[in-house]
Amino acid sequence: MSFLDPQIEMAHGAGGKASRRLIEGLFTPLLFRSALEPLSDAAHIAINGRSVAITTDSFVVSPLRFPGGSIGELAINGTVNDLAVSGARPDAIVVTFVLEAGLPTEMLEAEVRAMGMAAEHAGVRIVGGDTKVVEHGKADNMYITTTGIGTPLGGVDLGPQTVRTGDKIILSGPIGDHGITILLARGELDLEAADLQSDTRSVFPFVEAMAEVAALGMRWMRDPTRGGVATSLNELARDCGLAAHLFEDEIPVRDSVRGACELLGLDPLHIANEGQFLAVVAAEYADIALNILHQTAGGDEACVIGEVREQPVGAVLVTTRYGGSRIVDMLVGDPLPRIC
Amino acid sequence: MKFVDEFRDATVITKTAEEIRRLAGSSRRYRFMEVCGGHTHAIYRFGLKDILPENIELIHGPGCPVCVLPMGRIDDGLSLAHDPNVIFTAFGDMMRVPGTQGSPLEHKARGMDVRIVYSPSDALKLAKANPDRHVMFFAIGFETTAPSTALTLMRAKAEGVRNFSVFCNHVTIIPAIRAILDSPDMRLDAFVGPGHVSTVIGCRPYEWIAKDEHKPIVISGFEPLDILQSILMILRQLNADEHKVENQYKRVVPWEGNRAALKAMAEVFQLRPYFEWRGLGFISQSALSIRDTYAEWDTEQRFHVPGVRVTDPKAAQCGEVLKGVLKPIQCKLFGKECTPEHPVGALMVSSEGSCAAYYNYEHRKAMVHIMGQPA
Repeated sequence: MSFLDPQIEMAHGAGGKASRRLIEGLFTPLLFRSALEPLSDAAHIAINGRSVAITTDSFVVSPLRFPGGSIGELAINGTVNDLAVSGARPDAIVVTFVLEAGLPTEMLEAEVRAMGMAAEHAGVRIVGGDTKVVEHGKADNMYITTTGIGTPLGGVDLGPQTVRTGDKIILSGPIGDHGITILLARGELDLEAADLQSDTRSVFPFVEAMAEVAALGMRWMRDPTRGGVATSLNELARDCGLAAHLFEDEIPVRDSVRGACELLGLDPLHIANEGQFLAVVAAEYADIALNILHQTAGGDEACVIGEVREQPVGAVLVTTRYGGSRIVDMLVGDPLPRIC
Repeated sequence: MKFVDEFRDATVITKTAEEIRRLAGSSRRYRFMEVCGGHTHAIYRFGLKDILPENIELIHGPGCPVCVLPMGRIDDGLSLAHDPNVIFTAFGDMMRVPGTQGSPLEHKARGMDVRIVYSPSDALKLAKANPDRHVMFFAIGFETTAPSTALTLMRAKAEGVRNFSVFCNHVTIIPAIRAILDSPDMRLDAFVGPGHVSTVIGCRPYEWIAKDEHKPIVISGFEPLDILQSILMILRQLNADEHKVENQYKRVVPWEGNRAALKAMAEVFQLRPYFEWRGLGFISQSALSIRDTYAEWDTEQRFHVPGVRVTDPKAAQCGEVLKGVLKPIQCKLFGKECTPEHPVGALMVSSEGSCAAYYNYEHRKAMVHIMGQPA
């Protein structure tokens, strides 16, 4: 075992380098000794000869409600998306609530309703659950854990080992909306962005649409949540031993997100998303995939943001239109605003 | 986005870069120092090295407040956070900076009340909302952030908020530039002058650099085009054998600075006789302390601060990198013991520090160029 950090820090949960260290240094050697492939958001396992996709995720967001969504919606969409980007149709979800004593019923009810609606919208059944209550002060209002199972889509074989030089990197829409919305909703900044809301949604319709016309060209997918696009693509680059080249001007970022990032010294590539996905697609399938995404509701802003190249191995390189370039690393810990 | 996109226009940037190439020729090498950490960050972020000719070398200066803060000061500040009655506040920039017992974030993970604020006035607001506890603001920064600390202290005094104090680590830029120019192994041709600091102090304080040291200095903005234009202006001066202070960042920096801000600073702060800079050592009259008239709001005068001194790890060659004698990658610890996640030396701490910027944006790219194979 090689996890040497003396204690758990917030960074270990932030989805970047520290998270990866914890997983690879402690969880993998002790729990998944038999794992042959790089760990992804959902596992595909064979049960009695039938392939099943399974995933789990916990949701600990503050505030519980924010423009465009709430913890209940995230809890469904997050798990649905983890299944979807593994190339599976989400079928059923079980839910665990950890509630803090003193939580107003009204707040709980609102979230349960939001979950019901999100599940209906995503076409996934909620089939069971569990509730625990902890003393007041021992949790932050409520935590939700959802575990989902799904059916792998036929003909789709995703994984970093399938990625080749020349493959195109597709992004489903503008990045950073969710992360910046949450940052502003915490109310610690005297900043507002009237038009900005979380992008939380199920991305399964896009995956399904692509699988119908371009299954053979689909190589790898990921929903860039914590740690943002930069972290997901760094993982890809590392796992496939190639490089992700991005063209900065092609990466869609809303003005309000860019503005907030400029002001706070953050990089949109590091900001969390809850309703976007990255897809690596064989070059000859890129146009077909993009076309079908554009025809799918909510997919009109999908675009090619870069491609897979050989060098620099294991890295993400961003180039500007005027020829400057930079390496974008995984996020270290949570994004912290720079002021001075 | 207005006021940003104009300065990232590819056509204008390409044209400016061509003009720089023409003026720089190929017969000599140029060594320019960008003083400000914000510039260092922008140079890497926008990949400007890729479009500048090879005979122009940019050396990253001392203008990163987090990088130059000695470790002992962090220990001093955090020593008070152990008191459960104290709320420790600081900018996000400070949160990952390691003291000997860990960073503010690590202290927070251990249960101490450590909070990120976006301005000193937010810390004062927190004090008013928590009258039973003491709120301490860990102040860092050059003349850019010092005025807002000063105004906050003036407000705390006027409103009689007594459960609030400032642990002052404000430093001043001019003595640091002087220390760098005085260093014997220094060979610089010109300076890209700090933009944000100059919005407060104006352009006059740099005149000695032109007059006495015969070096051009151009105060620059932070967009790619700003920095390229400033480099162009420096080249024009050098080619004409001139050395003067010029202001490229006129849309923000007034020649005389901001009088109201300077007045607030003079009301609250005085110069410390000397102050320690990480990587540079003690520099006289290079930092600010809080005047006796504000003693009640000065953490150092009000509480017992241990006054910890931690010498920089010997193997870390921060001083040499800071003065441009070594490139980050030439330091023995770079990328090995010293990484952004586990910084040993000062310059790896903040994303504006030259080593961290180099590591984050350039490192693996450079490894490929140097070795022609994967890093």
